[in-house]
Amino acid sequence: MIRKALWLSATSVFLTLFTAGGHAEDRVVNVYNWSDYIDSSIIDDFTKKTGIKVVYDTFDSNEILETKLLAGGSGYDVVVPSANFLARQIQAGVFQKLDKSKLPNISNMWDVISERTAKYDPGNEYAVNYMWGTVGLGYNVKKVTAALGTDKIDSWDVFFNPDKLAKLKDCGVYVLDSPADIIPAALKYLGLDPNSTSPDDIAKAEEALLKVRPYIRKFHSSEYINALANGDICLAIGWSGDVFQARNRAQEAKQGVEIGYSVPKEGAQMWFDMMAIPADAPHVADALEFINYMMTPEVIAKSSNYVLYANGNKASQQFIDKAILEDPSVYPDEETTKKLYTVAPYDPKTQRIITRTWTKIVTGQ
Amino acid sequence: MTHIAATASSSTQPAEALLTTLAKGFVNRLVIIIPYLWLLFFFLVPFIIVFKISLSQTAISMPPYTPVLDFKDGVAGFFAGFRALNFDNYTWLTQDALYFNAYVTSLIIAGISTILTLIVGYPIAYGMARAPATIRPTLLMLVILPFWTSFLIRVYAWIGILKPEGLLNQVLLATGLISQPLVILNTYTAIFIGIVYSYLPFMVLPLYSSLEKMDYSLIEAAQDLGCPPTGAFWKITFPLSLPGVVAGCLLVFIPAVGEFVIPDLLGGSQTLMIGKTLWNEFFSNRDWPVSSAVAVILLLVLTIPIMFFQQAQAKAQEQGR
Repeated sequence: MIRKALWLSATSVFLTLFTAGGHAEDRVVNVYNWSDYIDSSIIDDFTKKTGIKVVYDTFDSNEILETKLLAGGSGYDVVVPSANFLARQIQAGVFQKLDKSKLPNISNMWDVISERTAKYDPGNEYAVNYMWGTVGLGYNVKKVTAALGTDKIDSWDVFFNPDKLAKLKDCGVYVLDSPADIIPAALKYLGLDPNSTSPDDIAKAEEALLKVRPYIRKFHSSEYINALANGDICLAIGWSGDVFQARNRAQEAKQGVEIGYSVPKEGAQMWFDMMAIPADAPHVADALEFINYMMTPEVIAKSSNYVLYANGNKASQQFIDKAILEDPSVYPDEETTKKLYTVAPYDPKTQRIITRTWTKIVTGQ
Repeated sequence: MTHIAATASSSTQPAEALLTTLAKGFVNRLVIIIPYLWLLFFFLVPFIIVFKISLSQTAISMPPYTPVLDFKDGVAGFFAGFRALNFDNYTWLTQDALYFNAYVTSLIIAGISTILTLIVGYPIAYGMARAPATIRPTLLMLVILPFWTSFLIRVYAWIGILKPEGLLNQVLLATGLISQPLVILNTYTAIFIGIVYSYLPFMVLPLYSSLEKMDYSLIEAAQDLGCPPTGAFWKITFPLSLPGVVAGCLLVFIPAVGEFVIPDLLGGSQTLMIGKTLWNEFFSNRDWPVSSAVAVILLLVLTIPIMFFQQAQAKAQEQGR
């Protein structure tokens, strides 16, 4: 879920209306995935093996993808929305059901994940999981220890307690610019249902966030990776794999920056990015072949080793680096898993309240 | 304004102009039709589509609004859809102060940026116009040169310059001018810097073209008659360059009001501009109808004052004649 590129690609919504599919004879599959979300050698291997050319394009926010899909005629064959967005898109008629007979590798999938994704896509008829992760706290170990006197960051309290966050203000706090990730976290911290659509509950979450608002430097969904890695900030609410990438970049830079990631004990959101085929996809057979290839244990393991996110493929786990597989913040242990919650898509009315609340939190208006 | 009118009408004799109009009327009409068709297809038609969406309601479907006007259900279906259109989304905009504030903030930011661009751009254009004729093309080239690099990359470059550990702060700290890094990035100052930098050529070029045409013997005459240089500037140079000032200001102000990239990259989270509000409606709320209504209002906010302005200008021209 690295949102490096600018969302400006929105303008191409209109351009893509004119993109036509390739000729029938040269096999092509147009893939639209999150930026920095695959080991690119996988794409080359796929083309070598099947002769299908992959046109690989990337986005950095669910909203951009959704707008392209809802406008129709996107020309993409495989897209990777997050599950809560997928649910609504299925309802809007954006996707086609997957022909499971063309996906023999589906037997490799992990029931623990499939059960959860079935909440969004009953029977997993429209999509299969690509990667999944959590929303948690990324922090600069040394700076946080210096400011708070402890390196034990295991609770949302470090963020939602104004006294604690005030101490971190000067070294910098970033928050995902994504209400669907942050408002449920606030609700969870307050002991409310993270899926609540009650305006009263959302108002309470707003209040909790406004209390800590003065100490937040920026709301952004991708800059925190570099900001953490460079030591510019000391705390970020971010997506698990992004924080791990920040950790690795910090190690490579050898500037003495040490990054930690914590799944708060109160509970953290679990999200799923799903591979699906748009209803108007021009190359359905090639798309199915691509998705099936991505479910090959060795292939998806290679991807996980590269992007540092867990995948929903049980058979792939034997090929995943031990350090990643045994890291409870990537593959949570049983105890941690119990604390994870999922978030259902918002109905339009709640969505409007959420967005309005978010604008108020972010801009003060 | 009378100065402009005077220069414009003196260039062609009225009788000659009448003859030319009669003879070339047909050809002219043919030539004019091309820009009109262009405006029709690339401005009016898209505007009507946006306006129509602004009268619809959201829905969970493809596209995410209803009704979609088509003839799937015959002519009756088309008219039934037509009757379902209403102005609810415009009422909605008046119920939340957010939209009004966003419009006002955008207009203020654009206004201040335009004045700053004018202050920075005028000396540049003046210097260029007074430079020896041999080096003018080179100077002109230098003004246009930044366009050869992507706009986005140039705005991103400003992040590198303005950030706390960026180029500017490093230089200032090294020279001992400041002891603490300046916080410029993610503030309104950064937005102004970004807009002034990005739109400067749009200000300089029209200013340059009007200043270059100026007859400098007028200044010499003023000086001979004992007018101090500042007086000569405000009495002669500035009024004569007014068409350039007006064109430059409009070219900067109009796109700056709807600016999205610069406030998003250089501004802070608290910056509320109409571009971002529109983005939120379109992408976060998936509310195409409301975002279309925001866009229609933005267009009106911009075009109505400009239409009045043009009318006033035409009137002034009329009086000058």
